[in-house]
Amino acid sequence: MFGNLDFDVIRRALPYLFYEGMTFTLTLTGLAALGGLVFGTALALMRLSGFKILGRIAGVYVDFMRSLPLVLVIFWFYFLVPYIGQWLTGASRPISVGAFASSLITFIMFEAAYFSEIMRAGIQSISRGQPAAASALGLTYAQTMRYVVLPQAFRNMLPVLITQTIVLFQDTSLVYVLSITDFLGAASKVAQRDGRLVEMYLFAAVVYFTISCIASFGVRRLQARIAIIR
Amino acid sequence: MNYNWNWGIFFQPNPMGTGTYLDMLLSGLVLTLKTAALAWIIALITGSLVGVMRTLPSKGANWFGFAYVEFFRNMPLLVQLFLWFFVLPELLPKAAGIWLKQLPNAPFWTAAIGVGFFMSARVAVQLQAGIGSLPRGQKMAATALGLTTAQGYRYVLLPMAFRIILPPLTSEFLNTIKNTAVAITIGLLELTGQARSMQEFSFQVFEAFTAATILYLLVNAVVVTAMRFLERWVAIPGYITGK
Repeated sequence: MFGNLDFDVIRRALPYLFYEGMTFTLTLTGLAALGGLVFGTALALMRLSGFKILGRIAGVYVDFMRSLPLVLVIFWFYFLVPYIGQWLTGASRPISVGAFASSLITFIMFEAAYFSEIMRAGIQSISRGQPAAASALGLTYAQTMRYVVLPQAFRNMLPVLITQTIVLFQDTSLVYVLSITDFLGAASKVAQRDGRLVEMYLFAAVVYFTISCIASFGVRRLQARIAIIR
Repeated sequence: MNYNWNWGIFFQPNPMGTGTYLDMLLSGLVLTLKTAALAWIIALITGSLVGVMRTLPSKGANWFGFAYVEFFRNMPLLVQLFLWFFVLPELLPKAAGIWLKQLPNAPFWTAAIGVGFFMSARVAVQLQAGIGSLPRGQKMAATALGLTTAQGYRYVLLPMAFRIILPPLTSEFLNTIKNTAVAITIGLLELTGQARSMQEFSFQVFEAFTAATILYLLVNAVVVTAMRFLERWVAIPGYITGK
């Protein structure tokens, strides 16, 4: 079954797979998680702000993003971002945006919808007395959020946020549709060049599996450690 | 924005000779729905089996369920599709591998099976949570009435658990529909794939993707509405959502 497989092809491709591919995947995952969290928190605050219009806008955005397949969103932004850039900078032609910037914008915009639902649940899990106490102490809305509500919401939701980031890590493989050299893209390029699809895809599967497994094991440990005892 | 809008493009004949561009997108929609339906059947059946195994009082069954879920959850769907599509035929005995590769509609079957097993792990987790949310007394009462384990699941636990997890199952079904778009990578011309090829033929990027977006939103709305009715119909009397 494994008789005519050549696993040496993996060893030879290792530097390319990890220096080029995995670096791209991990950078994209990290920055998109960070950006998605910031934008997602803003969306959650808009939804809970009490201003009807703001809440409605955020709600429509979140529902809209969550009902589209990521692949379609990747295509949308890939073609749309140059035009938005042109509009923002007032250039005469659609500006060219690199593969990395384009996919980073896509994942931030897409993941923000998911992160916002997590943060919303987190904010709602804070008891009503806390913001009330904060405003009794004379804190402004911004201070209440910054010093009282968000730190606790973030802490309560940390395991869920990391789990979502693991999903994001797996989803970044979809930039394959734009022929970008992320980890899977690198594996696939080597696979096609050397005609070694089986070895390369098996190896990619093992790497994704190992990283996700270790991360989700870590989440379980973390969950047990940081739970606030009430 | 210096982009040449041309909304009439949908009524122009497509280069495949299969009618207009609109027909092309609609055939993609049909394929998306077919793939999603088959995948969902696979996901429900295997997911239910594995979900039940995770709650059985047997160490072996628990362990198998745990390993199954971890296996399918910790790999990107795209990689799983590649494994089914490129790797599996090579690892099988020669004759079986050749038969697999020559299957007509290989991308369709691969996508349905790949997405189906990917989603089955999620269904299993939901069902396990649903069974876990039932009061302990229900299982005990079933045993006390003399039901075997199988009967207890069939007549007591599962009818309750499935109704409780109906809302999360709805979103998993929506995810199944969305996930079929990943099959564009193995050459399945579902809705996203057809929008992409319409863009390549006609250069009308934004019209093609707008149409696909609207179709996805429509499907979403129909599924959500239908599931609302189903939820009300099967609601458990005496529960908050019940009659």
